[in-house]
Amino acid sequence: MSETLTKAAARNIFYGGTAFFFVVFVALTAHSVTKANAIAAANPVTPSVAAGKHIWERHACVDCHSLIGEGAYYAPELGNVWVRFGGKEDAAGAREALKAWMKGQPSGIEGRRQMPQFNLSESELDNLVDFLKWTSEIDTQNWPPKVSG
Amino acid sequence: MKYQSQKVALYYFAGALALFVAQVLFGTILGTVVVKPNFLADLVPFNILRMIHTNALIVWLLMGFFGAAYYLIPEETESELHSTGLAILQFWLFLFGAAAAVVGYLFGIHEGREFLEQPLWIKLAIVVVALMFLYNITMTVLKGRKTAITNVLLLGMWGIAVFFLFSLYNPNNLVLDKMFWWWVVHLWVEGVWELVMASILAFLLIKLTGVDREVVEKWLYVIISMTLFTGILGTGHHYYWIGTPSYWQWIGSIFSTLEVLPFFAMVVFSFYMVWKGGRDHPNKAALLWSLGCATFAFFGAGVWGFLHTLAPINYYTHGTQVTAAHGHLAFYGAYVMLNIAIMTYAFPLLLKREPYNQTLNMWGFWITSSGVAFMTFALTFAGVVQTHLQRVLGMNFMEVQDQLGLFYWLRLGAGLVTLIGVVIIVYALVVPGAAKQTSGVGYQPAE
Ligand code: HEM
Ligand SMILES: [Fe+2]
Repeated sequence: MSETLTKAAARNIFYGGTAFFFVVFVALTAHSVTKANAIAAANPVTPSVAAGKHIWERHACVDCHSLIGEGAYYAPELGNVWVRFGGKEDAAGAREALKAWMKGQPSGIEGRRQMPQFNLSESELDNLVDFLKWTSEIDTQNWPPKVSG
Repeated sequence: MKYQSQKVALYYFAGALALFVAQVLFGTILGTVVVKPNFLADLVPFNILRMIHTNALIVWLLMGFFGAAYYLIPEETESELHSTGLAILQFWLFLFGAAAAVVGYLFGIHEGREFLEQPLWIKLAIVVVALMFLYNITMTVLKGRKTAITNVLLLGMWGIAVFFLFSLYNPNNLVLDKMFWWWVVHLWVEGVWELVMASILAFLLIKLTGVDREVVEKWLYVIISMTLFTGILGTGHHYYWIGTPSYWQWIGSIFSTLEVLPFFAMVVFSFYMVWKGGRDHPNKAALLWSLGCATFAFFGAGVWGFLHTLAPINYYTHGTQVTAAHGHLAFYGAYVMLNIAIMTYAFPLLLKREPYNQTLNMWGFWITSSGVAFMTFALTFAGVVQTHLQRVLGMNFMEVQDQLGLFYWLRLGAGLVTLIGVVIIVYALVVPGAAKQTSGVGYQPAE
């Protein structure tokens, strides 16, 4: 190999191959974007869901929790928290329970990980719950394996 | 050092080392909060500490890359930098942006996406910093000798800037958000950053082993071909469960498994070059860091990456301490060690001293590497237990965490060892060694 492959040839293979794989990647990504848009068409990202996402970001929830497995691993997975709180069976009950949970922090229990109090208004809490509900309805190929997240 | 303008690298190396200490310090604070949750809880919550820890890492690594580029590009192109003034201005702007970000974080000002927490204006300032850098470097390369090393380094740095632009895109649709978030995160560390890594390692190997440039540069192209041919589609290993189509499970599994190849090739190639080169370069510590970088990158990115990259396995391990274990060893091996390698090589030359404090530097190498390795083992055990309890048996997250206390204590211990090692490294690099210092006589490296 060292005799037959010249530096110029190696360089050309690099540029050509990279361009090829990048084009394939972009094409597959474009196809996946259509699926992501289809998800939003079937289950619209309402203004409330969008507002919830921004509240999620404003308080950097992702730097303690994970959301569909990404984020910090200090606090529970929230991609399916709606399901874990029984939202599928009793939507109103799950909403109240989630809001009460967020209002009740920090627990102040010695030796337990603490979640800050974010002082969210009633409507902001509703936005957040809408966002978490929307997220739980994404087709995640059945991830996570258990409802524990 | 042959060119005056190479000296600007010192600014960047100094800034990088300061942020390195801060990053590891915040890491040990986080490790403490994990075992003693009430520690600091009322003052600075975990999420703020974490964004400082991760952002400091990214910023100092980039700062080190800038410094490395300013150091090696004049030597490679055989010409002075286009503008040292611009390089210094760029440094202060970057440092100011980083400091402003940290102060903002402490006051709760951030954008709140993992790793991309910088507020919009700081993101834009980073783009400006990148443009200043790219302009300066590109102009230098255009007027000078063109080598494969400068080519690849330039491509890597342009890629870093281009993919960072995706951080500005934050759609309301979480699925789209996640897809393009990975265009920054994955296409950085498993794409363009690897080009930077390969080119800097190639530069160091030429200098340290004396092997023929033609040979090194050809292999540089071969290795980065493997990197991008696998790493681009390897992005699929993050598209398994986020609402993207199921074909990514095949594409991601196959291509990301192949991502191990370039890391393996870098190990084999580096050791082979050292063996073949047979030069007895006086800077032993720089050689140790270079070989250590290739080796630890192989284990951290290659072995620990493969551990959880196949879709059927990732289904269980996704977002557990297994991920944390891998993240730490991969960043340390590939990018931290790379930076320390080039700094260990360049500091004596920039300061016109013989290689100094080598023994201490090598102690720093072994202590820090042991610390990070042990931390990785502790987190890996924690991750395996967590995966079983939470993902197989379905136990509640907080109950599972209570079972992991022992591992978190071990991790904190390893973190403290790491912190000590880092302080030793910084001391060894910055403070002149008493015995070895030569007055005035510039030490000329074997070319
Ligand atoms: C130097 C190169 C690499 C670095 C710095 C790196 C770093 C990281 C980091 C920080 C994460 C966590 C991201 C998050 O917060 O969600 C991650 C995730 C991941 N990495 Fe790497 N990585 C590297 C190379 C690799 C390679 C070569 C492979 C495969 C062979 C790999 C496989 C994975 C997988 C599968 C995940 C997702 C884990 C999960 O599902 O939670 N990585 N990597
Ligand atoms: Fe990746």
